[in-house]
Amino acid sequence: MELVEAIILSVLAASTPLLIAATGELVTERSGVLNLGVEGMMIMGAACGFAGAWFTGSIVIGALCGIVAGILMSLIFALMTLGLAVNQVATGLALTILGVGLSGLIGAGLVGERITPAAHLDLPVLTGIPLIGRVVFGEDAFVYVSLALIIGVWWFLYRTRAGLVLRACGDNHVSAHALGYPVLRIRTFAVMFGGACAGLAGAYLPLAYTPFFIPGMTAGRGWIALALVVFSSWRPGRLVVGAYLFGAVTILQLHAQGWGIGVPSQFMSALPYLATVIVLVLLSRARTGGSTAPAALGTVFVPDR
Amino acid sequence: MQLVLEKRAERSNTIALISPLIAIGLTIATMSILFAILGKNPLLALHAYFIAPLTDGYSLQEIAVKATPLVMIAIGLSLCYLANAWNIGAEGQFLIGAVAGSWIAVKTQGTDAGAWVLPAMLVLAAAAGALYALIPAICKVKFGASEILTSLMLVYVADLFLDYLVRGPWRDPQGFNFPTTAEFDPVATVPLLIEGGRLHLGSIIALLVVAAAAILLGRTIKGFEIRVVGAAPRAARFGGFNANQLIILTFAVSGALAGLAGIIEVAGPVGHLQPGISPGYGFTAIIVAFLGRLNPLGILIAGLFLALTFIGGEQAQIAMKIPLDVTKVFQGILLFYVLACDSLILYRFRLVFPNRQVARGAG
Repeated sequence: MELVEAIILSVLAASTPLLIAATGELVTERSGVLNLGVEGMMIMGAACGFAGAWFTGSIVIGALCGIVAGILMSLIFALMTLGLAVNQVATGLALTILGVGLSGLIGAGLVGERITPAAHLDLPVLTGIPLIGRVVFGEDAFVYVSLALIIGVWWFLYRTRAGLVLRACGDNHVSAHALGYPVLRIRTFAVMFGGACAGLAGAYLPLAYTPFFIPGMTAGRGWIALALVVFSSWRPGRLVVGAYLFGAVTILQLHAQGWGIGVPSQFMSALPYLATVIVLVLLSRARTGGSTAPAALGTVFVPDR
Repeated sequence: MQLVLEKRAERSNTIALISPLIAIGLTIATMSILFAILGKNPLLALHAYFIAPLTDGYSLQEIAVKATPLVMIAIGLSLCYLANAWNIGAEGQFLIGAVAGSWIAVKTQGTDAGAWVLPAMLVLAAAAGALYALIPAICKVKFGASEILTSLMLVYVADLFLDYLVRGPWRDPQGFNFPTTAEFDPVATVPLLIEGGRLHLGSIIALLVVAAAAILLGRTIKGFEIRVVGAAPRAARFGGFNANQLIILTFAVSGALAGLAGIIEVAGPVGHLQPGISPGYGFTAIIVAFLGRLNPLGILIAGLFLALTFIGGEQAQIAMKIPLDVTKVFQGILLFYVLACDSLILYRFRLVFPNRQVARGAG
């Protein structure tokens, strides 16, 4: 029983950064912008988040620093792709390269330092319920925030007028522009939201997952988050399923090593990446009746005034 | 105040030529500020980065050695990007090429195998790199899966596979438990051009690749097809060009070149297979491809320039204790400026003041 509980807890912990980062990218992509720089924004969130928490001793300030770092990075991306109409794929790659380098500089002095990780919820009676108590009532704040975030995004996209306009920009920017909507401004906000989420997701790693910072600690999670958005076919509900599925694969891989399954550890570590490829292929293949991607995704838009 | 882009009637050739220079100038200005923030004298730091490596023969050779894989990979990537196929997994193809070529070197170790070993290694590495690149290409063409994501995921897989081999079956028994194969035999090593120097045959191969790409793009129908499919997909469809076939072709060629670069690096400067054989060549090559304007000759120059930053970065670290991550920051900023300046080729930037315009319109 305790092992099952421990596995569920660690799956939730491994899935949360993926879910947060992917939620932000989902909104960005729904507005028609493909930001491949999630990994770079995440690692900056991790470095700045850890630096903030280490200097102030506050997890909340750390998380805020991570969010601000993510937003600043996303603003560079917005300036380039929306302001100067530069290719989004290439700019996203540049953002990742820059983020990896800058985070190394910022975090260099902090390697080896430790902080007290984010506290877990502890309610009388409820947290003590066997099996589900700690899973439901004993998580850290990031887990609850991630769920609130995805529910909020679902409500925003499908139940508000602003969400409808944002989706319109993603599907046909020319029409949205003709109707008088400020396409570029809406997209800028969507990109900034994506940056904030990526920053928060990165900050989660040194603030709650492991209480220290190592350069490159995001280890490709930003790219997996991007794949998750495709996996979810741009729908918030499926995104939750996908994120937890991938968290489960990651954790299972660790436990399989512990159980002494006779497969080299590197093969197990490769599983999440291989799973991403296979899932991408299966999903793209199943989608015979036209793509579900936002129609204007990744295309440059220059308003003709 | 608002920044507005106006499409130029036709692309500006002057700006196409000088935009990389503007980008480099802006990057150097930005880096000077960063050096000052780090508390280093910007002039001394820039000297260590860009001038010092050019002043002695050893560093010059080292620049050519570093530029070799960058140029080879970037040439392949430029073909992909021209055809609008986004291979960003060259790092993985580089590693798989290194692994496949090393297989022959490891298996013939200590035997009296002849001069066929090195050519066989090169061919096998190119084939393996091409096959590895074909995975994302086929997933794209057959199933519509994003080649950006699949090619990138395969980088991590290749990295772990190499790690497994050098820690497991291929580990040097006399290697004191270090994760590395034994040093390759002389027949499995890329020969040096200068006795006792660093420059090796790989640099010649890279130059041949540049020449071949220049001929392919400038003088052949295939090269024309690649450029048209990327620049004007609709026109290419009317022209009867097969875009899917070109995705397969460009991915295979770029994978082969990355794989070849991988084995040349391992059988040349490194001398054995070990983790960390690439300081991110596959990703830096993306910058090289764009800085070189996806043009073979441009890529050669851009590759030498980026190699200079690697060597300069190492020297700046030794001489001035500037962290190595500064090199990555430099490369990221450079790519940003290159892309931004490229926008100038197609658009004119203008600042407009909406209030005044409204006033004029009302009047």
